[in-house]
Parts: sequence; C-alpha cells; structure tokens
Amino acid sequence: MARILQLTLNGRARDDAISENVLLLDYLREIVGLTGTKTGCDGGECGACTVLVDDQPRLSCLTLAATIDGRRVDTIESLVSDGRLSAVQRGFHEKLGSQCGYCTPGFIMASAGLLRRNPRPSADEIREALGSNICRCTGYVKIIEAVIYAADLHAAGASP
Amino acid sequence: MPTHTIGDYVPLVDGPEKVSGRAKYTADLITPEMLAGRILRSPYSHAEILEVDVSEAVKLPGVKAVVTGADCDKGFGVLPIARTEHPLARDRVRYCGEPVAAVAAIDDATAKEALKRIVLKVRELPAYHTVRAAMAPDAIDLHERRPKNVERDVYFELGDVETAFAASDLVREGIYNCPEVCQNQMEMHAAVADYDAERDRITVHASTQVPYYVHLMLSQILGMDMSRIRVIKPYVGGGFGCRTETLNVELITALLARKAGGCVRTIVNREETFITHRGRPETDIRLKLGMNKDGRITAVECECFQRGGAHSGYGVVTILYAGSMLYAIYDLHNVKYAGKRVLTNTPPCGAFRGHGTVDVRFAFESLLDDMARTLGIDPFAVRRANLLPSAPTFTDNDLMVNSYGLPECLDWVERESGWKTRQGKLSRGKGLGMACSHYISGASKPVNWTGEPHATVKLKLDFDGSIVLLTGAADIGQGSSTVLVQSVAEVLGLDLSRIRIITGDSDVVPKDNGSYSSRVTFLVGNAAIDAANNLKAVLVAAAARKLEAKPDEIECLGELYRAGAQDKGLTFNEVVTEALKGTGTITVTGNYSTIPASHGGKKYRGAAIGGTMGYSYSAQVVEVTVDEDTGVVTVDKVWVAHDCGKALNRLSVEGQVQGSVWMGMGQAMSEETAYHDGLLLTANMLDYRVPTIQDSPPIEVGIVESNDPHGPFGAKEAGEGSLAAFLPALTNAIADAIGLRFNDLPVTPDRVFAAIEKKARGRKSNGGAA
Repeated sequence: MARILQLTLNGRARDDAISENVLLLDYLREIVGLTGTKTGCDGGECGACTVLVDDQPRLSCLTLAATIDGRRVDTIESLVSDGRLSAVQRGFHEKLGSQCGYCTPGFIMASAGLLRRNPRPSADEIREALGSNICRCTGYVKIIEAVIYAADLHAAGASP
Repeated sequence: MPTHTIGDYVPLVDGPEKVSGRAKYTADLITPEMLAGRILRSPYSHAEILEVDVSEAVKLPGVKAVVTGADCDKGFGVLPIARTEHPLARDRVRYCGEPVAAVAAIDDATAKEALKRIVLKVRELPAYHTVRAAMAPDAIDLHERRPKNVERDVYFELGDVETAFAASDLVREGIYNCPEVCQNQMEMHAAVADYDAERDRITVHASTQVPYYVHLMLSQILGMDMSRIRVIKPYVGGGFGCRTETLNVELITALLARKAGGCVRTIVNREETFITHRGRPETDIRLKLGMNKDGRITAVECECFQRGGAHSGYGVVTILYAGSMLYAIYDLHNVKYAGKRVLTNTPPCGAFRGHGTVDVRFAFESLLDDMARTLGIDPFAVRRANLLPSAPTFTDNDLMVNSYGLPECLDWVERESGWKTRQGKLSRGKGLGMACSHYISGASKPVNWTGEPHATVKLKLDFDGSIVLLTGAADIGQGSSTVLVQSVAEVLGLDLSRIRIITGDSDVVPKDNGSYSSRVTFLVGNAAIDAANNLKAVLVAAAARKLEAKPDEIECLGELYRAGAQDKGLTFNEVVTEALKGTGTITVTGNYSTIPASHGGKKYRGAAIGGTMGYSYSAQVVEVTVDEDTGVVTVDKVWVAHDCGKALNRLSVEGQVQGSVWMGMGQAMSEETAYHDGLLLTANMLDYRVPTIQDSPPIEVGIVESNDPHGPFGAKEAGEGSLAAFLPALTNAIADAIGLRFNDLPVTPDRVFAAIEKKARGRKSNGGAA
C-alpha cells in the first residue's frame, strides 16, 4: 500500500508517495537521496542511522517512515548553515572525532540532540547520550573531546 | 616565510566532507537505473555441489542477470601462490555462507525473491570447524595441493634452544588461546559495477584498501584486459585489514554487471559482512621461555596453530609473521618456532590490524610478566634487561632495526602512570599491568614483485598555481591523504590550501599497492617527499632564470622565491608562470623503494616476511578494577607510549594509537566469534560485542620520536603497533589485582567469576591456604 508522507525535512516541507513498509532510513537515502545518514548494521545495533525527529535522536533504521507523518526530521545535511560547519561538526572535524567518517553522521546527530537539550553536558552525560552509537576507529576518546569542544563553541554562539 | 605543519595537530584534509554528510561511500553512489545485486550463500559448511538450478530465478520478471560458479572458472587470492578461491563456489562449498549464486534485479525485493527460487543441490561432506578436526588422520582435504589441510607449515630454529634452556635459571611454559576476532568496520561491504557493453569496459567502485589488487583480480576473474577496467575507491568506512585483499563482493558485482549489461550495486548486510570475514584467526599457542636470575631471556620455543578458514587468503604470511615478529623487539638469540596454518570449514581469515603479531605477543608478554614475578623482578626491569643493542642492528633472523624508541616508551609510561609509587600499593581489586609491542612500517617486499618502485606519487602544477597530488594510496580513515598533503607542503614551504589531493581512481592516479601493513606513511610518504623535491627543483630553476641567478642562489620561502635577502624576489604564482613557459603543465614523479638490507633474510623459508624499513614500538600501562563479586573488569585508564619515529600529524598519531589500544581492548575483553556446526552465531554487533563509549577508558598517549634515518621526516608507523600490548597489559593488570592469570581470551566477566570461584573453593579445600 502506498500513502502520502508529509513532513518537514531539514527545514523544507515535503510530500512524498511512499510504501507503508518503507523505513525512514531507506526513505531518506533511496527516495530523497540524502545519503549522509548511514546504514551500519541489520537493525538497531550501531547508531549510524541516527537522525533527529522533533529534536530527539531516533534510529531511522527502526522507524517506519509512515510513523513520522507531520513531524520534523533533521539529518546530518541540515547542520551546515551558510556553508559553514555547525559547532558539533567543527568539534568532530578539528578534534578528530571522525576518522573513517562512517559512524560520524550518527554520532553528530546524537550529539546535536544532546546539546539541544543539555548545552553543557559532562563527560558522563556525553557517554550516556552516545552509548548506543558504535565507532570502530577512535576508541571514543576524541569523540568526547569533540563534544566538549562543540559545547564550548555552542556557548560562544555557534549553532549546535 | 615558509609554512610548516609537520609535527602539528592537523585536522584531516577530507574532514569537512565526513562531518557534513557529503562524503560518498560506495553504497551512497545511487543512480536511477542501477540494479540491485544480492548473493545466495551456502547453508552447508562443506558439500559437493551437484547442481545450482537458477531456471526459476531467471524467469522472474525484473531479474536481469543470474550468475553462479559456472560463470567463472578462475581462482582469486591475494598471494600469487595461493589463488584457491572462486567468487562463486564451483564444485564444492567450503564454509557456511560461501557465495554460490547472485542475482541482479530491478530492485532489492525482486532480487531477494529471485534468490528464493534458486535451488542448490549438494552432497554433504564431513566438515571441520577446528584445527584438531581438520588435521585428524581421516580428514579429507579441503583443497588440492594442501595435504592434511595444512596451508603452511613453518619451522625454524636459530641458535641452540635445548642447550640454552638447560642452562637457564628458570624455564616456564604457557598455553594460550586467542579466539577468532573480526574487524567489524562500520561500513558494510559494498560494490558498484558499471559495465559499458558498447566499449567492453567496466568501472568498479569498491570499498577496499587495495584498489590495485582489486584491479588485478577483476582482470583475472572477468578475463578482461586490465586496460578495460577502471577501479575507483570512494570514501571507505574503515578496514583494519578486512579489505586488504579483493573480496568476493566486488568480483560478483562485476560479473553481474557484465552479464546484465548495466550498473549493479551490491550492499551486503552486517551478517554477510561478518561472514565475508578476513579477521584474525583463532590461535593456539604453546610458549616456553628460559630466563636467568637477572631477567635475561635465554631461549624461546613457540608453537602456534592458526585456524585459517576455508581459503588461503593471506594465511601463509600470517603464520610467518607470528614467528618472525618474535624478533625485533627484544634481544633474543636461541629461538625455535613451529607454526601451522590450517584450512577449516569456517569463513576465511585475513590480515587483521597487527597482522600475525598480536596473539603471539599476548602470549610472550604474559609469560614474561609471570616469570619476572617469580624471580622478583619488576615488569619494567625485565623488559629493560632484554632491550636490543643500540640501533642500527640486525636481529638473528636478519631483520634490520635502524631506530629503537622502546626504552623511551618504557620510561614514559612508567613515569606517567606513577608505576613506581603506585604499583603494588593500590586498594583491593585494583591492579596495574604493563606490556610492550611493535610493528612494521610496510612490508619491505611487495606481494607482487614487478620491478617497479615500492611507491610512486605524481604532482601536477598548472596555470592556476595549485598543486594536485595524485596517489593511489587509499585513505580509509587513517589520515593518509592528510599526511601526504602535509609532506608535499612541507618540502615546498606552502600552506596546505595550495595542495589538492586525488586518490583512488585508476584512470587518474599512479598505481599504489594499497593501505596495509602500515606502509603508506613510510613508503608513499617518502615518494611524496621525492616528488615535492623534484617539483621544487623545477621551480627553483625557473626562479633562477627569471631572476638571472644561479639555482643554488635561490632561496625558496614557500610563497616567495628570491636570490638573496636583498632581493624582492618572485611570488609563487610568478615562479609558476615562468616555469610553465615552453613546457606547459608541469607533472613530476616521486618514487621510493626499500633498500635490500631491509628485505629480511634467507635463514628459513619465508624469512623475508617481517622485513621492513622501520619498526614502531609501544609500551602500555593498564589500570583495572576487578569486581570480585561479579567478575566484571573495568579498565580505569591506559597510558600508552608509541615510538612513531616522528609524529607528522600529532592529531592523527594520537587518534591512531588510541584506536589501536581500544581495538586491542575489544579483543582482550569481549570480542570473539562463535559457531554452531559452522554457522556463525555472532554475526551482529550485539552478540559480537564491541566496546561502547560507556565501556571505554581514557587513553593517554605519549609520542616518542626516535627519528628513523630512512623515515619520511623520520617517521614510522603509528596505526597498528600499539594494539597488541593492550592484551597482555590487561591480563597482567588483572593478575596484579587479584592474583589470577588469564591465558584464554577474551577475559569476560563469566570467565573471571568462574576463576575467582574456583580459587575460593581451592582455598577452602586447602584449609584456607591460598
């Protein structure tokens, strides 16, 4: 069965015809063409597909697209503004929170979600917020540094 | 003034793409008309194939191509001596999950449906899932010319081991088991192949560390001339060795694309990525060391069995590394090594980070620690008692060591961890342990000996004044592109922004052997320096011409070239304009080749394996807390010092060292594959337990710079050598904390709990004596 999905995606209103059973992840990647959101596992294990739905981190691989009708979805592509990196993106870039980059969009979206609800997280709060995202390159040390640095940039006025 | 970045903290040159979602990985290369590829896998561990009936699949509307083993009779494999694998099994399947057929269809659902309609008829054969079973007297051979399922039997004895043991103050033997582990890189395997039927050409995008090897194997498997093949490496989401050889995924996708006459994208899921494997083999080690009262190691006897899986892969090299790399870290003389690489009906193993060295290092550093305690020698002191004589030196198996920062690594971690004041004085359940490890900076002899230099880099300079660095070196997240750009910029004194890098497109870049054995910084880095020096010579000559001076009077200050301090000089752009006169676009080549002295020896068959231009060294201290009620071990902190010769990019060195240590932690504490009758049970990230951010400790990195005489700006590898030391440092720390030594990995809470219980029971039955 097909239906019309209406949502606000990265600040733009969209109407798309989708199958009832299409996952938000596949909708974003294969239908809209926003490939920044990654598939890293067979469902709910790694966090690479994390996006924000109404500012809350959500695994797009476990979300039916049909269930986000009328909601606001932000993906990694939404964070750059006026061509410049956001605070979290800058943190991950400058502090090497990203090596191969594959888990990065998921980590960045989960971190952006964290900073939107808690602008000054402690290291333990960062660990808790990123506890369901897997990175295989960094050992997470520089990811924590990246988020702390991003919080500093955010406090100084940069968008998260 | 010239700009310098070598030794700075430099964010990756491709970082903005990665953090903004613009970086395109293979699965992201979506085009409207592309077909979806899917692979049918064997449910049998070992079986003779009687028939693969695809007639019903072919009839399904939307199916554009179906391929089976009948479509390709050529073998592939990374080592020219061991091309035993077929992209799709022919005659026999040898592991559960081996590809037997594949489909390209208009969409994924159709491809999946088509797979269901393929009928595989087999006669099952006895399957061997362990080394012992595969080597049993009545076992049948998995492959021709591999009698008794032994892929390679390695043996050497250098010195007189028996006499040395007899004269030792202490001789001890340990048995160690390290289960199979998997890279589990975040990007699942994927390939996009586009066949141009009009021109009989194919373009293959592959998530690989070795585009050149993929190119070679595509030619072999497709039976196509290499000039008709183009291989592109997009962004790659990690490798850690599982992509250092051509995988069946890219070959199958190419076969499908040719048969369908179009473009096919195959994305294998996480389960299939685990099954594709190429991880570290399960390794059983019997190690015997002799030691004198002063801590000097007198003799080494090491027996090593690796469960290699169903195909050869890198197997011969892995079992050789396990022996040769006993050397080059300590001063050893009487060494006997017997290694067996065994073929089994499990997914094929490969060259996991720290290739061949990790499990033997775990055994060695564990036993060393144990014996030192018995003799009352401090763990640092026992390492110091066995240091190599000052570099340069050659080991007994002819490995060339030119720089040796291990003593400084030991000093750093001993100091920073507060070892002298804290070790042995921590509260109950807490402990400190330490260990050392080392690794090569690229194998000195290439897999395919062609007579070409070991590395080649091209630079293009044109009217716009920008320098384009062309290299086949595959950046897989380790930061090789950044280091190469830095190297060129450093020689020319230019800002990084002047230089763009293009990698991983065989139409454009010079061939490179690939990103493995930590070869890129050392070998390709040196080629980049050579290229930059050649370009600088062209620019200096042009400046001299324009300034009417001699070339040796020209001072290159990056953006300014001048003849003496009084000269106003020429801007970089003015020099470029002058240099282009008469020649047009400038391209220069830089090359690097290893020196013969680094090629290893001939004292035993395979002795070249282990030869490198430079060894990195690492020392680690691990602090743990063991909860004796639950068996849970928490790593509180790690101090690691790594001798990388010279840190070209401190940010990357720290990141690589932290990542290595952490990956060692996964192997030591939670990661292992498990099979039931050959069926992989742990093919997901919940059952194959990778440490999360909540499990992971702070890792403090000390950079030791021994300035290797041959390294680019003195550099050596930084991405692998620190992995191995974590494993024994952890178990040594647990032994320090609770007096129990774990020789079987991973050290899981249930294992620790069982050992604590057993010790407690023993104490009771002994009337309270420990």
